Amino acid sequence: MERVNCECGHVNPYGTILCESCGKQVGKELSEKSVDLRYEGSARRSQTYKKTPLDRIWNFFSSVKVGVGIIALILIASMIGTIFPQQMYIPQNVVPEDFYRDRYGFLGQIYYQLGFNRLYESWWYFLLLAALGISLVIASLDRVVPLYFALKNQGVTRHESFMRRQRLFSETKVTEKSDKQLDFVISKLRNKRYRIREENGNFLAEKNRFSRWGPYVNHAGLIIFLIGGMLRFIPGMYIDETLWIRDGETSVILGTSGKYYLSSDKFILETYPKGQENVVKNYQTNVTLYERKGEILYGDTPRLVKVKDEQIKVNHPLRHDAFALYQVSYQLNELNKMTFSLVDKKTEKSFGRITIDLLNPEKSYDLGNEYKVEILEYFPDFYFDGQGQPATKSQIPDNPAFVFNMISPENPVGEKSFVAIRNTIEPGGDNQLQMKFENVEMKNVSALAVRKDNTLWILGVGGAIFMIGVIQGMYWNHRRIWIRRSGDAIFIAGHANKNWYGIQNEINPILKETGLQELTDQTDRKSENKVEGGE
Amino acid sequence: MIAFSSNLLYAAFFLYLISTFLFGGAIRDRRKQYEKPSKWAAAAISVTILGFVTHLGYFITRWMASGHAPVSNMFEFVTAFSMMFVLGFIILYFLYKVSILGLFTLPITLLMISYGSLFPTNVSPLIPALQSDWLAIHVTTTALGSAVLASSFIAGIIYLLRSVDQTKRSMKTFWLEVIMYSMVATLAFIVITLVFRGLQYEAVYRWVDHNGQETETTYSLPSLIGPNQGELLTEGRMEALAYVPAVIDAAKLNTVIWSAVTGLLLYFILRLMFRKRISAALQPLTKNIKLDLVDEIGYRSVAIGFPIFTLGALIFAMIWAQIAWTRFWGWDPKEVWALITWLFYAGYLHLRLSRGWQGERSAWLGVIGFGIIIFNLVFVNLIIAGLHSYA
Repeated sequence: MERVNCECGHVNPYGTILCESCGKQVGKELSEKSVDLRYEGSARRSQTYKKTPLDRIWNFFSSVKVGVGIIALILIASMIGTIFPQQMYIPQNVVPEDFYRDRYGFLGQIYYQLGFNRLYESWWYFLLLAALGISLVIASLDRVVPLYFALKNQGVTRHESFMRRQRLFSETKVTEKSDKQLDFVISKLRNKRYRIREENGNFLAEKNRFSRWGPYVNHAGLIIFLIGGMLRFIPGMYIDETLWIRDGETSVILGTSGKYYLSSDKFILETYPKGQENVVKNYQTNVTLYERKGEILYGDTPRLVKVKDEQIKVNHPLRHDAFALYQVSYQLNELNKMTFSLVDKKTEKSFGRITIDLLNPEKSYDLGNEYKVEILEYFPDFYFDGQGQPATKSQIPDNPAFVFNMISPENPVGEKSFVAIRNTIEPGGDNQLQMKFENVEMKNVSALAVRKDNTLWILGVGGAIFMIGVIQGMYWNHRRIWIRRSGDAIFIAGHANKNWYGIQNEINPILKETGLQELTDQTDRKSENKVEGGE
Repeated sequence: MIAFSSNLLYAAFFLYLISTFLFGGAIRDRRKQYEKPSKWAAAAISVTILGFVTHLGYFITRWMASGHAPVSNMFEFVTAFSMMFVLGFIILYFLYKVSILGLFTLPITLLMISYGSLFPTNVSPLIPALQSDWLAIHVTTTALGSAVLASSFIAGIIYLLRSVDQTKRSMKTFWLEVIMYSMVATLAFIVITLVFRGLQYEAVYRWVDHNGQETETTYSLPSLIGPNQGELLTEGRMEALAYVPAVIDAAKLNTVIWSAVTGLLLYFILRLMFRKRISAALQPLTKNIKLDLVDEIGYRSVAIGFPIFTLGALIFAMIWAQIAWTRFWGWDPKEVWALITWLFYAGYLHLRLSRGWQGERSAWLGVIGFGIIIFNLVFVNLIIAGLHSYA
């Protein structure tokens, strides 16, 4: 592409609007009085090439307006997602469709049908986030590259038209004191940590250029963050399991491929002292972490080596290797063992008792003297399903029920009996024997979340870069002062990328002290006029 | 200690009240408008700083007495937020030396403190999830960030009062009045709540909730709206005019209606007193201010507040959520609304790059942003249930 020559001799890239060196306009005619210095009038791709489909996509995503549009769409979508609770926060034991309809009526039904109950997991919400990511990349590249070169190539001597069009401008007649005055101003600016460049008696004072890179640094941080968020969908990067562990139990830690085992010594629940006894103060599980040594042989008892003892509390997870164990929930007094005795219904004579581990019941229990009890079927959390058949809701023994086969010398085939809590059914008619409930043992169960998240450090890096960038861009601002002699006048122009008030406060006292004309804000007068006209 | 702490809060309240009047004096004193700040202004900012120190004293003594950062319930959070709001104002005052900011910031601070004080003020024990140093770190940073962001609302209001043409009716005058009305309605809410609390008004309803369970609710304002299948148990109290289904919280709706109606009443009284719109009555206060400067202040508050808000409400929040709730992000309503606030101000910062979005449009955005912050602070806690509903 052809380059653009300026009368000052500088050669600019194709598409340049204002000469990089002297600031004179070299591109198309500008109609506005004040000059738009946002990207230094540099050749941005999006403003230069507008023909091919690729150009169009590039130009679409590089637009700030489009970016704000995408932000607005994400914002509105996110709001909609909080009108009714998301599906992950509704009770587990209800059918979502019924829940939204019954609780919130017609609106809830529509909410469910539009898929808003799982809005943040929807493909279109994901697409919006992806569009934001693309916009971040393209809009940043479109600006940062030409801006970098424009600032790098900027000249000291600026064209008169450029100076006059700056928002902050002043013009002073040259006198014999002028050289002294300028020397004074320059030394003052140096004290204020401006970097000074001189060329033929003209000056450019500049500071905090690095703050111009703030937006691009924070965008880079955001992109890293978004990528980190996506990585969790790669298998192995992210583990989320729940481990229910009972007092005294040793269990393999899910998600660690059988490498680690955990044993629970005790679950403890504390409440606040009286007056506030219904508020839980603390709950914790005292555990021991073990590592399995040697090769894994199935059916073999694992050889476990203790790693450490720890108390897992809310806000105090156990961390080891790449995973963490969190205290998330608990259940007090879960049924653990049930004891029955085999008795003769009439004589109430007992032939022995059996204790059933409700989490791991045996197939049969031998009572000796040819008496034996078999468990034909076991329902840990029993209910009658739609067809009136016994079934179980879960593997947690909240409501255990059994089908026993009671074998005695008189009846070697056995008598069948269905036993649930406070309910016994004898399908074969009148049995001679009976399983009589004796007692039950209960245990506390602690729920621990097993988490591994290998994406966290990427998110941390992204977040840190974002913070650096946003502070860099917001808490400093790029300031430039141009001083140029032209005939019998000294032109002074000022530019700040933000905080125009600050730059005036910094420069004008110096100019006042030296007797040079103070900078005036040329947009100020316009807005003042407008208001007066309105009133 | 707690009693002493509360007294410090009262003292701060009265100091803010005094400095409001001093700032009123400062803006009327036109002798040296753009030279040195007047004596009025110097006195006003001194009293404000004294008020802030007292307010900080309340915060620290309450922290010492309760053993945890006093940001764990609605009363504590609102008072902490209002303290940060004053801090934001003090910073902006020293950057720009504009007295009129104080004239608008301090009355809103007074409203906030009064509003917060309507909630239970006793020290509540911390549930396990809140027992962490991150409570102090996350909540105070978030409060400071949102308070500085909210300062752009003050600048926005001043800008709009100055720039909107009050000689003829327009959409702008209408919406400006809506803002004025919502402040009046907040005041009305505080007044009626205090009045009926003074009368020890109580009306108990038995009603049926959405699970079909019978339950009881106590109204502290006369019931206009009754709960689902409600039955008034207290004798001699007003029967509800209408009953709503179980999904709507009838007592809260009742309070909202009371506030809206008494707010409207108060608004019309003020209209009659002024014989013009409230914003038109306030307009003369703003006549010495330069629009560009107020616009700059609004923008600067967002520029200062945005990084703090990001750090507190998103980054610290995520770190703590990862520790306490096992995941750094869970689409809890409060989290989502923090994201919405962040997106909104990110949008604001980008829009300022476009021509035509500085000045009046920015001022409107500052107002909307404050609306979002207040929505997240008040309504998300009280209406949308989630992990953050502690109050």
